[in-house]
Amino acid sequence: MADARVIVITSGKGGVGKTTTTANLGMALAELGETVALVDADIGLRNLDLALGLENRIVYDIVDVVEGRADARKALVKDKRKSNLAFLPAAQTRDKSAVSEDQMRKVIEDIKELGYTMILIDCPAGIEQGFKNATAGATEAIVVTNPEMSSVRDADRIIGLLEAQGLYNSMLIVNRIRPKMVREQEMLDVSDVQEVLGTSVKLIGVVPDDESIITSTNRGEPASMSPDSQAGQAYRNIARRLRGEEVPFMNIMEEKEAGGGFFDRVRKLFGGK
Amino acid sequence: MNLFELIFGRPEDKSKSVAKDRLKLVLMHDRADIPAPMLEQMRQEIIAVIAKYVEINEAELKVDLERADTTVALVANIPIRRVRS
Repeated sequence: MADARVIVITSGKGGVGKTTTTANLGMALAELGETVALVDADIGLRNLDLALGLENRIVYDIVDVVEGRADARKALVKDKRKSNLAFLPAAQTRDKSAVSEDQMRKVIEDIKELGYTMILIDCPAGIEQGFKNATAGATEAIVVTNPEMSSVRDADRIIGLLEAQGLYNSMLIVNRIRPKMVREQEMLDVSDVQEVLGTSVKLIGVVPDDESIITSTNRGEPASMSPDSQAGQAYRNIARRLRGEEVPFMNIMEEKEAGGGFFDRVRKLFGGK
Repeated sequence: MNLFELIFGRPEDKSKSVAKDRLKLVLMHDRADIPAPMLEQMRQEIIAVIAKYVEINEAELKVDLERADTTVALVANIPIRRVRS
């Protein structure tokens, strides 16, 4: 059996969409036939359960596995919609010191032995012990950023820390792009983010800022399950790219106004580029 | 500057360009990891050495990090008033 891929999803800054990304990619990868395990490494601030809509089915958590009260098979919560998707909840009443790097590696090994082909680890925000734990068992990393200054700065820092942990060639997801603001030159574009971060990361996805992310989280159904969600489509594309498929980046800039926004057209009218 | 730019402002004035420029500079400092006090001390020592030979305009003196392609360079711009005889 081929060794499972273990991918940590991280960002440095909080609130950029790590958990949403983990849930959506997990669901999309399961849809593509992978046997997926999601690990919530944000101990003390459990949230992946909500994004997946599985908060009522938790019995054991990652600390129970580490401390021997349950094995990984028992603690993994099976998704009610997709039998090839499971997730290991974070402990809610403990803190980040409850799991060590070695213990995290052991948990990941245990999950691998159950036959999962893709293991995604939802990393806590920050650069302290929680980050080190979450990255300990991983062999690949996805860095999530927003097209916004502090988030890009933190992403740059995280990329350096990942390299220090031996995780090179991280994959980059630019999340929450607002096409209208990009068109009006009031928001960093994907190319700007790439230029600033340099060649140590490879762009694997661009996700538009989409209200369907909020409504789908409200319902506990990742947006990648709904065919009409633009963000969901972006996540489905990323899942395919993760598996090595060449998928063109969708043009989120077009939207309703064909031929560029109002300002672009006015600019052209006056002889601008 | 074309008419559009006159009316709506130049693209460089848009907040995206400002953000990009500020980000580039701050990342340069982050990556170089030179503490500000150390940079200031270097500045003072460079001034002391140069000042032995030439009279410099300290107010206009600039020692800062700049980006050259993929590498970070420490660039000193030291306006000289006159050479000491």
